[in-house]
Amino acid sequence: MRVLRILLEKEFRQVFRNPAILRMMFMMPMVQLLIMPLAADYEVRNVRVCVVDFDHSSYSRRLVDKIGATDYFTLVDYTDSYDKGLSYVEHDEADLVLQIPASFERNLIREDKAGLFLALNAINGVKANLGGAYLRTVIGEFNQDIRLEWLQLPRTNPQPTIRISSINWFNPMMNYRFFMVPGILVILITMVGAFLSALNIVKEKEIGTIEQINVTPIRKYQFVLGKLIPFWVLGLFVLTFGLILSWLVYGIVPAGSLLTIYVFSAVYLLAVLGLGLLMSTLANTQQQAMLLSFFMMMLFILLGGLYTSIDSMPAWAQWFTKINPVSYFIEVMRMVVLKGSSLSDIKRHIGVVLIFAVALNGLAVWNYRKRS
Amino acid sequence: MRQFLFFVKKEFLHVLRDPRTMFILFAMPVMQILIFGFALTNEVKNTRIGILDNSRDEASAQLIARLEASRYFDIVTQVDKNENLEATFRKGEVKLVVVIPPSFQESLFHRNDAAVQLVADATDPNTANTLANYATAIIMDYQQDLRNQLKLPYSINTELRMLYNPQLKGSYNFVPGVMAMVLMLVCAMMTSISIVKEREIGTMEVILVSPIVPLRVIIAKMVPYFMLSAGNIASILLLSVYVLDVPIQGSLLLLVSECLLFTITALYLGLLISTIAASQQIAMLISLMGLFLPTIMLSGFMFPVENMPVPLQVISNIVPSKWFYYLVRSIMIKGLGFEHVWKETLILEGMMVFLLVVSIRKFKFRLE
Amino acid sequence: MNPKAISVEALTKRFGSFTAVDAITFDVAQGEIFGFLGANGAGKTTAMRMLCGLSFPTSGKATVAGFDLYKQAEKIKQRIGYMSQKFSLYEDLTVRENIRFYGGIYGLSDAAIKAKTQDMLTGLHMQSEANTLVRSLPLGWRQKLSFSVSLVHDPNIVFLDEPTGGVDPITRREFWMLIYEAAHRGTTVFVTTHYMDEAEYCNRVSIMVDGRVDALGSPQELKTRFSAEDMGEVFLKLARKAQRGDE
Repeated sequence: MRVLRILLEKEFRQVFRNPAILRMMFMMPMVQLLIMPLAADYEVRNVRVCVVDFDHSSYSRRLVDKIGATDYFTLVDYTDSYDKGLSYVEHDEADLVLQIPASFERNLIREDKAGLFLALNAINGVKANLGGAYLRTVIGEFNQDIRLEWLQLPRTNPQPTIRISSINWFNPMMNYRFFMVPGILVILITMVGAFLSALNIVKEKEIGTIEQINVTPIRKYQFVLGKLIPFWVLGLFVLTFGLILSWLVYGIVPAGSLLTIYVFSAVYLLAVLGLGLLMSTLANTQQQAMLLSFFMMMLFILLGGLYTSIDSMPAWAQWFTKINPVSYFIEVMRMVVLKGSSLSDIKRHIGVVLIFAVALNGLAVWNYRKRS
Repeated sequence: MRQFLFFVKKEFLHVLRDPRTMFILFAMPVMQILIFGFALTNEVKNTRIGILDNSRDEASAQLIARLEASRYFDIVTQVDKNENLEATFRKGEVKLVVVIPPSFQESLFHRNDAAVQLVADATDPNTANTLANYATAIIMDYQQDLRNQLKLPYSINTELRMLYNPQLKGSYNFVPGVMAMVLMLVCAMMTSISIVKEREIGTMEVILVSPIVPLRVIIAKMVPYFMLSAGNIASILLLSVYVLDVPIQGSLLLLVSECLLFTITALYLGLLISTIAASQQIAMLISLMGLFLPTIMLSGFMFPVENMPVPLQVISNIVPSKWFYYLVRSIMIKGLGFEHVWKETLILEGMMVFLLVVSIRKFKFRLE
Repeated sequence: MNPKAISVEALTKRFGSFTAVDAITFDVAQGEIFGFLGANGAGKTTAMRMLCGLSFPTSGKATVAGFDLYKQAEKIKQRIGYMSQKFSLYEDLTVRENIRFYGGIYGLSDAAIKAKTQDMLTGLHMQSEANTLVRSLPLGWRQKLSFSVSLVHDPNIVFLDEPTGGVDPITRREFWMLIYEAAHRGTTVFVTTHYMDEAEYCNRVSIMVDGRVDALGSPQELKTRFSAEDMGEVFLKLARKAQRGDE
């Protein structure tokens, strides 16, 4: 116990004597929590339209006005050169080009039908698909207006119309940030924990102080615990900081109890730090350790279910989430923060992550060699 | 020149003697491409949805057939009555249920006014939104077809053309992004760490007192990472063309030159970081914070830039990855020639020169 | 207890096909200053690392402080001190903190650490530097400090791997004064060095060539045997036979 205390004293001193690392540990949560929720917005809106009008009729102008009046579309330019319109798309300044052919108005009235031509930048498939569908709806409404002007139609709808209404359950306000921020907190704690712990033992290897430690009668588990606990405390500290920040900035108050969050985080951090320390014992240089943890973090975080839902992943990726601690934590955070789940609801998650923690730390202790 | 080659050789040996690092550097892009290509798509594809058909007539059957036929949805559950809707969601089988009210056909064809309700599980608002949007698009399509059959007078017929990516594949969007990420990692992060490491161990001093010009030392450090990056560019391009079926529309030569331009810019960024960072850990943290996160968040490859608040949009302009992402998209996917991208190329070149000048001045300063 | 501080018999270490240490045999008596000489790459450091329990021997027998090197390595570690070639104190800790840390991991009580710290600082005339970061100490001071730190738990044996490399002559002399003091208190000193004048200070000296101990005896004996003026000449005569180059 005493040896452990001495080890901890030393580790804490070293951490606090390195202001750059400490600063980073607080900068990272700030930047991520402040920018990520603002940037991570997939909602399709602000579709930028360029209209190429060869007709210059009152109808074509009315159509353009109608498009411009919606919240959904932004009119980038109104021109009479298709090439110019296309160049907007080429330079990512417009998402779609609506071409109104010459004698659009004339054809519509004289020949009862007229065509429009719509070219969409489909690199972002989702946006193209939805943007196209919305624009066609607007055109359909415009068409209906014209028709009503020319025909004496019955009061009921002249043509079949399906009205679509959407209901959003469980989150009727569609609050995106409530969904995103808990996940970002998870990423934060994971990154801070894994990277710093991964670099730690290997740093002593590089400087050579580890030799001095290895000739002492210190026990392997003591040494690993001495490395684990400081980062565990720091990780919980970053979590607290992140929770306060998300409360101040986004007004997010967990629906469940803070205790539940802390209990799970405490277990989770053990697993992440164990992983970091294991990589630290595997690597010979800090560069290696960093790259190795980067590789793992990438895999864990991308497949953790923050950016895309796990349900839409293929079977192999879904299988992988079962051994991915990050996906457990993201799920738990969302359950506790959004749905107010209690400790008994997340029993299974705690159990699984505890197994990870024991296994990873066990491996780290086992793999740390005092003698070569 | 001979001295210089010696240095390059030494740096190569450092990199080659470390097979673990080599492996990760090559496995990383492959893994990323595969993950992004197959696991991480915002694309809606064969998503499982439920149907609550209260009408059970010809029109509702047609509509359901439409939904089923699309490649976006698979209908896995038929909910039998409204009361069971919530239970269906609780079970978590589906995220969206399309509810068709009683006598749908009659409302549709006789009163010309029918209603369809989309009920989504909005725990994940993004998915809910996207699914509802796709379902809406399909239903609207159905409506449009019905209308066309009627041959009403004064009809406007809109013809759609999907430019660049007619199959609407998600890979078109992220291949350029993965490229930016990998190059940032290999060039900027690895270079900065390896330079800081030499300083930490003290070998940098030895090298600097030797008669070799410091600039050459630095360049020698960069050469292996430059070559590694070239290898990564090749593997990413091969994977995208042959595994993900993302063709290279534009000139390969132009594309490769832009990639190399970005590689060099990233190397200089690494150099700059190495002049600021006092230790490897700090170099790593700065690279993560200053390069990697902006590449993911602000380059437009994960999240659309035009949706961001204006200050972020402005900031995104100083992120080299943003320009690179734009260039690769333009050349590789859109097939544009140099005459369309020279401005952006110039911006990237400007950044490169700026970084070189600043870091060399900083570097010399630190030696004195 | 074994009167021999260290007893080594046919100790061997191979790395693949390369035999770094080739069946060396020698004893070190308690309280002796034992010089362990050899050209670079002769296998000194490897042998020393084995004796400290940092590296597994390939074959052979050895006891250190009366404990078996194979089975009781952790017990050995309680009884030995080690000062490696690489500087082994934490540069971002102060002098006092380093002493406390190493004292602590050897299980010294707070009171004992306090007393040790006082003794050490007085002995080294470093009272005013107690709260200075080790990073900002001059090299000579750091070396003397790390020697003292390696003695913090009063080990039976202390292993010193080129302790005076890069240190000025005055500091070297002071350093050897410290070594004598330690030996005087009964600590066995096992030291490698490249300075031949230092070899003269040792009670006995062994010279390694190509992984083998080629000569062993007091400096006086060796000089007589090789009919040499000083230890430098002895060393040169032996080292010329070496097959292995300087690595």
